Amino acid sequence: MAFTFAAFCYMLSLVLCAALIFFAIWHIIAFDELRTDFKSPIDQCNPAHARERLRNIERICFLLRKLVLPEYSIHSLFCIMFLCAQEWLTLGLNVPLLFYHLWRYFRCPADSSELAYDPPAVMNADTLSYCQKEAWCKLAFYLLSFFYYLYCMIYTLVSS
Amino acid sequence: MSAPAGLPPRPAAAAFSPVGPGGSREAAAPAGGAAHCHNGPVQSQMQFPPGYGSHPPNYSAPSGHYSQVPNKAAASHLDHQYRASYYPGYYSAPAQNVMTPSVGSNVLNAQGSQQLYNKTPPHTGGASDGPVQGAISSASYLHMSAQQSYSAFDNHYSTSVSSSVASQGFPLNSDHYAMPVVSGAMYPSVSYPPAAAGSAYGQTFTSQSLPAVGQFKETNAFSSQSTSVPHSLQQHVPAGYNTTLSTISSAQSVQDNLCRNLPGSVAKVNNQIKTGGIDSSQPVHSVSQNVAFTKPGVGTSASSAVVSSVRSPAPSLSSQPSSSPSVTQSPELALQEGMQYGGYVNNQASSAPAPLSSSSDDEEEDEEDEEAALDSSSTTSSASPVLNNYDALEGGGYPDTRSVTSSPVPAPSVPQTSKASKPFGYGYPALQPGYQNATPTTPVQPSNPGHHPGFQHYPQHYPGVNQLSSSLGSLSLQHSQQPESLRPVNLTHDRNILPVSSVPAPVPNLNSDLRKLNCSPDSFRCTLTNIPQTQALLNKAKLPLGLLLHPFRDLTQLPVITSSTIVRCRSCRTYINPFVSFIDQRRWKCNLCYRVNDVPEEFMYNPLTRSYGEPHKRPEVQNSTVEFIASSDYMLRPPQPAVYLFVLDVSHNAVEAGYLTIVCQSLLENLDKLPGDSRTRIGFITFDSTVQFYNLQEGLSQPQMLIVSDIDDIFLPTPDSLLVNLHESKELIKDLLNALPNMFTNTRETHSALGPALQAAFKLMSPTGGRISVFQTQLPSLGAGLLHSREDPNQRSSTKVVQHLGPATDFYKKLALDCSGQQTAVDLFLLSSQYSDLASLACMSKYSAGCIYYYPSFHRTHNPAQAEKLQKDLKRYLTRKIGFEAVMRIRCTKGLSIHTFHGNFFVRSTDLLSLANVNPDAGFAVQMSIEESLTDTSLVCFQTALLYTSSKGERRIRVHTLCLPVVSSLADVYAGADVQAVVCLLANMAVDRSVSSSLADARDALVNAVVDSLAAYMSTASNLQQSMLIAPNSLKLFPLYILALLKQKAFRTGTSTRLDDRVYAMCQMKSQPLVHLMKMIHPNLYRIDKLTDESTIHVNDRVVPQPPLQKLSAEKLTREGAFLMDCGSIFYIWIGKNCDNSFIKDVLGYPNYASVPQKMTQLPEVDALSSERTRSFISWLRDSRPLSPVLQVIKDENPAKTDFFQHLIEDRTEAAFSYYEFLLNIQQQVCK
Repeated sequence: MAFTFAAFCYMLSLVLCAALIFFAIWHIIAFDELRTDFKSPIDQCNPAHARERLRNIERICFLLRKLVLPEYSIHSLFCIMFLCAQEWLTLGLNVPLLFYHLWRYFRCPADSSELAYDPPAVMNADTLSYCQKEAWCKLAFYLLSFFYYLYCMIYTLVSS
Repeated sequence: MSAPAGLPPRPAAAAFSPVGPGGSREAAAPAGGAAHCHNGPVQSQMQFPPGYGSHPPNYSAPSGHYSQVPNKAAASHLDHQYRASYYPGYYSAPAQNVMTPSVGSNVLNAQGSQQLYNKTPPHTGGASDGPVQGAISSASYLHMSAQQSYSAFDNHYSTSVSSSVASQGFPLNSDHYAMPVVSGAMYPSVSYPPAAAGSAYGQTFTSQSLPAVGQFKETNAFSSQSTSVPHSLQQHVPAGYNTTLSTISSAQSVQDNLCRNLPGSVAKVNNQIKTGGIDSSQPVHSVSQNVAFTKPGVGTSASSAVVSSVRSPAPSLSSQPSSSPSVTQSPELALQEGMQYGGYVNNQASSAPAPLSSSSDDEEEDEEDEEAALDSSSTTSSASPVLNNYDALEGGGYPDTRSVTSSPVPAPSVPQTSKASKPFGYGYPALQPGYQNATPTTPVQPSNPGHHPGFQHYPQHYPGVNQLSSSLGSLSLQHSQQPESLRPVNLTHDRNILPVSSVPAPVPNLNSDLRKLNCSPDSFRCTLTNIPQTQALLNKAKLPLGLLLHPFRDLTQLPVITSSTIVRCRSCRTYINPFVSFIDQRRWKCNLCYRVNDVPEEFMYNPLTRSYGEPHKRPEVQNSTVEFIASSDYMLRPPQPAVYLFVLDVSHNAVEAGYLTIVCQSLLENLDKLPGDSRTRIGFITFDSTVQFYNLQEGLSQPQMLIVSDIDDIFLPTPDSLLVNLHESKELIKDLLNALPNMFTNTRETHSALGPALQAAFKLMSPTGGRISVFQTQLPSLGAGLLHSREDPNQRSSTKVVQHLGPATDFYKKLALDCSGQQTAVDLFLLSSQYSDLASLACMSKYSAGCIYYYPSFHRTHNPAQAEKLQKDLKRYLTRKIGFEAVMRIRCTKGLSIHTFHGNFFVRSTDLLSLANVNPDAGFAVQMSIEESLTDTSLVCFQTALLYTSSKGERRIRVHTLCLPVVSSLADVYAGADVQAVVCLLANMAVDRSVSSSLADARDALVNAVVDSLAAYMSTASNLQQSMLIAPNSLKLFPLYILALLKQKAFRTGTSTRLDDRVYAMCQMKSQPLVHLMKMIHPNLYRIDKLTDESTIHVNDRVVPQPPLQKLSAEKLTREGAFLMDCGSIFYIWIGKNCDNSFIKDVLGYPNYASVPQKMTQLPEVDALSSERTRSFISWLRDSRPLSPVLQVIKDENPAKTDFFQHLIEDRTEAAFSYYEFLLNIQQQVCK
């Protein structure tokens, strides 16, 4: 029974993982909001509603963009911590997602200046469904890893 | 579209069935086949919809036609006859001649037909036939026997109708072809009064003002010519007919005979038909008869023969029809046709008296007054307006006149017919008369070409036909498949795959009723007219599934419905449409989500017939394109007024280019024509390094200029008086426009503060919404949104990476989104001589649903072609219809889902497009996927609803509905492929790909699209030799079009292409409607130095020659010739060095080749035949599109000739394959 660095890492990641789960859930809700306009069809056709809706979309996209960096950095923090704690198995489980994040972040569409979640682009049903799938997958991954971290934390605390 | 198409197949089918039995007598076959054809259309619809299966018979029937054509060609004197028949003017004089020769011609025809017939069955006949036709078409088209028939049709068509029509025939079955062609003819005729065969008829019979009407209703034309006469029709009509004839020719006696005979036999037939009991069948019959008529009209030769024969041999008709001897029949046939015609006319007249007249009138107006017509209709009370519109529809239908142009879509006619026949098996006794009038006209023409002889059989078959139920007919149609569109084509062998005229849209394989009701392909097209059942099947086919939309197209006829309740499905909000099913009187089942809805009380009353309890006859259920005037439910605030703001660049660069003069001049000229009502507002902003506003408040003695130099924090100096009422301040506005061009002549300001000017414009517009027109001549260099040059001229011809296709800043995109939220669209006119970063600037229009115009190296005096183009574009731009604060929603049957949109708009929720403005020249594309298997449905529907505020402040909803069959086999999917739509959709996808990934990726994807689909096709067709490159007939143009795309400015590499040019081409691909885009991708090339009357159509008293399409290859260019290339927005006339001096003198107005100037943009009006022909051909081409193209004459040593030669896409260039090499390349990849 000892409080090792590894145990600390798992405890911290447990907390942060909860945050990531929240992010993922928020993403799912946001994409759902983007996908469907909850107004009645007649209202949708109303020009006044158009402005409101557009503002909504822009706000959501703005928030989405804001959340990209925190999420990615939290996850890379995990990886660094597990690297330091020499938790190879846990690191191995997280590395694919790390690379995916890197790819997502650095893949600039041609030479446009902005990041992902550009309103006109994200409103494309194709992109939207991709993003939504991605969010669901991440949610699943974070949930599973949450319990895995919990197990590992207890295991390291107990075993050592 | 679909409807006309539907008709054609039937005729073929009919032909088939009759022929089959009569197969033993080959000689008789041609005549018999033809006779069947007449019957055929009728029967086929009823009985043998599947006609496809019976190709050979079909062919034979066409061959009969074919033969006639050649005969004509062979006998020179015949031509006169033909002409006479076609052209009313000629008609009178030659008529007598015609009569005598007609007999001879008939004989000739008969013989010819026999010969041809024999040849055709073996299929080898094509080549031999070709030469015979000679003048008619290049032999190349005739390769296949089936093609022969087609070609024959084509020839007819091309001659009589527009060239475009003819081409249609190829892709589908021969039957189909014939039909579409006809329909095509119809349309053109509508739009161009004289164009169609129908019109010709009308003219011949009665030279009255009917042109448009006549086209629509062939039979009607006769009766309708008598628009005034109509009601008394049956007897009167024939009488009228006779009278006209008699006046024309001396052979009155013959005519009399005819008349008598006709009324006798024909009338009987008709009567039978009418009484036949099957409502649906009746229209068909009428159609078939019409067909017979039209044929003569359509096929010049045929028509002439018919006309002549009719007069002399009239008596024979009654006796012969049943016997239908082969040789002798031809003349008789003609007679019969004539007789039928008479009879038909009678029938129609009797059946459809009132509606015709109204519709015809409407149609006549067609060309210019769409808006007016619409408005008028809308203003009327709900019931009455509907009626008018409806009638119009019936008669002319949808007249796609302007926009349709080259692409001949039969659909309009179809809807009409469908009305008569009814999709759901309801008999609509009351309506039929009206419908019949409408229907017969259109369908008739199509069927005619193939079916002349059919008439003889007709009487015999007729009863049988009647017996057949419409439902049976529809069933058979559905089973029918196979067809010509699946005929394998060896691409490396067949070099001449281009149709004679334009490529037709394939017709969905629906039953006749639905086909007639279906939406015009010009408005609504699907890449696969047979929808695969599952996504797996779609994936196997390797073809993209998507829709191409042109929703706000200019329509001359459109049913406008005013009603307090708009009937929609309660769960999916689909508008009621022709493809819903009525479970009983009180309930209808949605065709998209299958929910059962109640029919509201109000809907039970039919304003058209003023009857109660017939919801299925309401115009909403009779037309696949309708417009509703929305009730107040659809608006929260009062509809916005029309507001126009012009933002003009007045920097030194702009003044130097001299565009201001043109813009101001155009505005002055069109100030009164700006769409709008009394609330219309207008404003002006100019900018260089500062932003200038103009106070135009009423009461000022002269316009006041207010300069804001604080471009970092722009504000509006006097927000109230910058946008002023157009009518109240008209004088001030005129003063300003007169003064503006000279106000900045001495400016030294070279900077351009576009960003701040746009911000100001946005502020000015945000309270109301409206349209901002931005004129920019250089790279914005000051304030927000400034840009830097990103183009490296050395990279222009790079084969590697093309960069900077995306925006450099998101300023313009954000601005566009803001504008879109405020219902403001930004239209960009970029007139620059150097790089202006269109990739960034275009964002302001892309996301605000604006449009983009680009004039590279614009200069008012140095580049007159561009100046002229600007002038013309502006005229169209300022006067065309406009819809404000629009939203468009596309719904589709459960199981399908839309996943990507292409065009200029902002997607607001997954199926709702936000369009701040919508204009009639905007096209859209969507990609779809199949999410759930469609096994439990045989039809899928798509519905586009465009809600907009008209310039008159009305909230309107335009609804298009398209219905397509679902198929389960891969072969069927290929059979239904619409190659043009596929190519356009791929172009859109490739643009996206090149921006998001890279140009090379996009090019690879395009090539792979061909390779994959052809490979997939070849793997399904097991009997094909793998060593050859085989494509189904429906996709035979696929590689050619893809090659053209690869050589298009947007996607080419290795050839020097300026970045802005490339980006502009990409913008065009995303926002142009299919018709225009196809011309951009694959221009039409015609040889014009030897225009003859061989195949002409008659439009508005003008003879329009119809030269065949040429391959886009230098091998077709000869030094002795002159060629016209139609690129959509520009016409090139290329003059060969040794071109005939008389041509140069007559057409160009210069004594010889050397004296033709380098920059020539107009053809002089020389009083010579060749000049007249050329000009009428060019103006005919021009009339068929909204934007008037610029003409450029190019000599061999002209530097502009590269512009011309770059379009010869079949040739090899330093950087790209020739067509043949490309095919070999594909073959290699396919075989891998």
